[in-house]
Amino acid sequence: MMQTVLAMDPIVFWIIVTVALVNVTGALLGTFLVLRRMSLLGDAISHAVLPGLALAFMLSGTREPLPMLIGAMAAGLLTALLTHLIHRYANVPEDAAMGVVFTSLFALGVVMITRVASQVDLDPGCVLYGVLESAALDTRPLFGIEVPRVAVTLAVTFAVTAAFVAALWKELKIVSFDPHLATTLGINADRVHYLLMALVAAFTVAAFEAVGSILVVAMLIAPAATAFLLTDRLHWMALIACATGILTAILGRNIAAVFDAPVAGMASVVAGGLFLLAVLFAPRYGIVARKLAHLRLGLRISGEDLLGLAYRWQERGTGAPLSARGALEAAGGGAGSRLALWLLRRAGLMAKSGRGLRLTASGLERASKLVHRHRLWEAYLARHLPLPDDHLHSPADRMEHFMDSDLQRQVEEQVPEPHGPSGAPR
Amino acid sequence: MSGPAPWLAILALAAAQALLFAAVGANRVLEWVQTACASAGLPYNTVMVLAGSGLLGVSSAVIGSYAVLRRRSLIGDAVAHAAPPGIALAYLIARERNFFLLLLGALVSGVLGAAVIAWLRQSTRTRQDAAIGLVLSVFFGLGIVLTSAVQRDPTGAHAGLEGFLLGKTAGLVSQDLLLIAVTSANILILVWLFQKEFLLLSFDPGFAAVQRWPVQALDVLMMTLLVAATVIGLPAVGVVLMAAMLIIPGVAARFWTDRLSRLLPLAGAFGLASAGAGTYFSSVSEGMPTGPVIVLTAAAVCLFSMFAAPRRGIAAGILKRIRMRERVARQNLLRTMYELAEEAPDSAASLEEVAARRGWRAAEALRLLRRAERRGELRRTPDGRWALTEHGLQKALEVVRAHRLWELYLVEQASIAADHVDRDADELEHILPPEMVLQLESRLRSEGRWPEDRVPASVHPIESAAGEAR
Amino acid sequence: MKAAQEERREAAPVAEAPPLEIHDMTVAYQRRPVLWDIDLELPEGRLIAVVGPNGAGKSTLIKAALGLVPRASGRVEVYGKPIEKQLSLIGYVPQRESVDWDFPVSVLDVVMMGRYGRLGWFRRPGREDREAAMDCLRKVALQDFAGRQISQLSGGQQQRVFLARALAQEALLYFMDEPFAGVDAATEQAILGILQELRSNGRTVVVVHHSLQTVRDYFDHLVLLNMHVVAHGPIEEVFTEENLRNTYGGRLPLLEQAADAVQRRSV
Repeated sequence: MMQTVLAMDPIVFWIIVTVALVNVTGALLGTFLVLRRMSLLGDAISHAVLPGLALAFMLSGTREPLPMLIGAMAAGLLTALLTHLIHRYANVPEDAAMGVVFTSLFALGVVMITRVASQVDLDPGCVLYGVLESAALDTRPLFGIEVPRVAVTLAVTFAVTAAFVAALWKELKIVSFDPHLATTLGINADRVHYLLMALVAAFTVAAFEAVGSILVVAMLIAPAATAFLLTDRLHWMALIACATGILTAILGRNIAAVFDAPVAGMASVVAGGLFLLAVLFAPRYGIVARKLAHLRLGLRISGEDLLGLAYRWQERGTGAPLSARGALEAAGGGAGSRLALWLLRRAGLMAKSGRGLRLTASGLERASKLVHRHRLWEAYLARHLPLPDDHLHSPADRMEHFMDSDLQRQVEEQVPEPHGPSGAPR
Repeated sequence: MSGPAPWLAILALAAAQALLFAAVGANRVLEWVQTACASAGLPYNTVMVLAGSGLLGVSSAVIGSYAVLRRRSLIGDAVAHAAPPGIALAYLIARERNFFLLLLGALVSGVLGAAVIAWLRQSTRTRQDAAIGLVLSVFFGLGIVLTSAVQRDPTGAHAGLEGFLLGKTAGLVSQDLLLIAVTSANILILVWLFQKEFLLLSFDPGFAAVQRWPVQALDVLMMTLLVAATVIGLPAVGVVLMAAMLIIPGVAARFWTDRLSRLLPLAGAFGLASAGAGTYFSSVSEGMPTGPVIVLTAAAVCLFSMFAAPRRGIAAGILKRIRMRERVARQNLLRTMYELAEEAPDSAASLEEVAARRGWRAAEALRLLRRAERRGELRRTPDGRWALTEHGLQKALEVVRAHRLWELYLVEQASIAADHVDRDADELEHILPPEMVLQLESRLRSEGRWPEDRVPASVHPIESAAGEAR
Repeated sequence: MKAAQEERREAAPVAEAPPLEIHDMTVAYQRRPVLWDIDLELPEGRLIAVVGPNGAGKSTLIKAALGLVPRASGRVEVYGKPIEKQLSLIGYVPQRESVDWDFPVSVLDVVMMGRYGRLGWFRRPGREDREAAMDCLRKVALQDFAGRQISQLSGGQQQRVFLARALAQEALLYFMDEPFAGVDAATEQAILGILQELRSNGRTVVVVHHSLQTVRDYFDHLVLLNMHVVAHGPIEEVFTEENLRNTYGGRLPLLEQAADAVQRRSV
């Protein structure tokens, strides 16, 4: 029935759903971890839960979720606590303290598990990357549909996490941005912090059987880091992170199928790929966007420099046309200036005139505004800064490109006659 | 500091070794070691394994200590996790288990990971911790994907790549161990060569830049050595736990010494011991991967250091605090006895009076009084009261003088209100070294403010602790 | 291949050139100008204070001049040559917070770092360097603390260690970033004494100073800074009420808007 409804193999469906659940839970938790620069605490906890799991198994003799969950959360809290203690009382830097604690705990966990290896199916390797494919096959009936046990566990974990985030949204927001403010507002930042850590531990346990701790770490960091590049608002960051998580699940599974690769590993790679895309192409913070903006700025400045040159040339009134080569050289030479000139001509601001160049009517208007701003700024500097007269031109040369009409009005109020200090217009 | 001197030195080092190995050959060296072991009666294989792990323990501890001091502990973790894709690719290209190529792949991959972290931090909005975590998980995920490709490859079963996960020294042959040992030695030589430059870089890179050292290049060198040390540790300790061998020995050594010149060799020794012992223990335990045992050994050393180290250890810290409290209590008792004697010169003090004056419980007061008696500072009168001995009076005068000088100083110089002085003086006088006391004394004397009496009356009326307003 | 000694010889001062010249220096942080068109020429053999309100860019001025922070424009010359070539003539005392005081080094180790510049690559400091470093410690009265680890010092003592390190650089031009901040009165007098001794030896010392109270008494030359140079010159001429008002009485209003405009239109 599943097959016909979804036009997809039910196992594939459940794999995607499982991974998607892991990813969105991680994305939600990760949003706050990344903002508070605690990404690596998520990494630490996901490793350190191992001895808790091993102990729970050794004591309870079963692989039932509840004792494992308790063991894991205890181990997670222990990690955070020990790190803090070692940092405070033994004077060890925080990152080193964390490193010491979680590696030792993980080593302990591996030794414990290897000891009881015959009795339990907890192979340390699978802790790292999970056994998704077989976990998807272990189903229970739910409302008549065969649902994998892990999917149910993860759905519950996601629901709890979402409820936590929704209920404590305000507190989490303030604690993430300003823990001191939070304390003054009566919010117990420590308690919120430890609750978050407990959830991370629970999440790790719920997820590790399906996807292992590596994808847990990837999902705690990558979607949130990606979203961080795309927005400044917290709620958008959380939403984008979740969306990225879902996309990662779908793409991860499908690409893994093409290459016959483990889904968990591929999903991490896809998450990294999406992050890289954001790094490059994010509309404001992306590298491409910044380079383009830089280029545009350079072109604008070159163009305005050319206009200014032409204006001053005409002001001198020699009648001779401005030589194109001379203008380009004075504007810095190179491809940038040539491109800028071409753009000016296309925009109808400059035109060919015999052997050289001249300003068109609109070009003249634009240029005179520019030169006016330049002289305005010079006059302002001359008035307020103790700079020698011959040092006024370069600062004004820079500032003229950035003065908008608002600022211009304000400077005009401060400066009565916008001529050069020598009296003559420059 | 300009010029090619450093790079020439590194090149010369590499060239010398290349020549040496070309001339002598790795096998000859191994034969030589074999004969040496035979004549010393030591099992060759065990010696090689222990020497190999020991040396990688040393180099990772030493270069890792710099990372810890520069707050970059977890970059080592990221580099270790970044290695698997390189290892798997190296295997897929070579189609055979060439140890050198595998490590080379790990090195390239690790360096790439470190470079990506640096790039993310510099060129994007991403913070350091997120950058480290991203490289760690994404590269490792890629490693999982490529490793499964290796395992599906018909020749892949012999790659032994799983051994890199948690460490398996059993799979190493002598040539492998020789490579590890040589690389390790090179790392140590370079660290020794550049020790003053690395010290300056780690402690104050701004000052180094002003002194014209090429800070960026030195940083790259240090990071490369870190990656190299990480990579050679992978066969023994494994990817997941390698960070431990970079961090733990340095952290442990810091408890024992305050000097870098001693910290590095000590960390190296800890690394050596943990790696060696851990390798040995895991070899006698069936099916136990080497990495976790090595790390637990190192952690045990660290735990011991944390508690037992004489000055920075936790036990020492607790002891110091206890001793300090005792000293403070002792001095307060002497001062109280003096003040009581000042007020009632002919009578001795009772337990209740003393306790009330300091706000101590009776039992506590009694304990301190008895202690002072044992030290000869107090004596018991026939009616069960307490009085200062001559010796006690001398000591009490010292304490009271210091206390009142300090009171005077605080009130006059620091403009603290008169009845806050007692509280502050109580704490601070115990931190005043005797030289400072002399200084204050002579200053007050020269300013003509040293009263005629040997000891000035207390600046404010003394109330008993019970009666003081809160 | 340049040996360290050769570099020092090459960096010898050009006759008649002032120890420090800054031309049209603008410094931006995240595309927002924080220092505007700094233009300064400082005289030799003086104690020069740089003062201004918080956030005026005083530290940035020094760091940008030394190249620790990138300059958006302008150039800096020391004794007539670009500062990058003259670094061996310069001594630097950074702010105390710039360093991790828990680092496992002793007081003497830190002071000896001042000598590293003349050692060149790979050479370890020898007996001569130790003695020179001890001399500098004696000048700051910390010779008894030579073996102590640096976290065991008080704030004033830490400041003096940094000063000793700079003295070990044997420079002609010193930059000091708030050397008097948070130190006790005795240390303040000690530091002042050292600065005065440097001056009497013809050295030039540029000091970012945090307190207006003592500027008049300690220094001979003054630079008033509030994102731009408000005034600079001999202290008697420059330390006027009007200049102080212009420096401390709020930002030159338009510079703030202008900085906004630049940042906005640069993205």
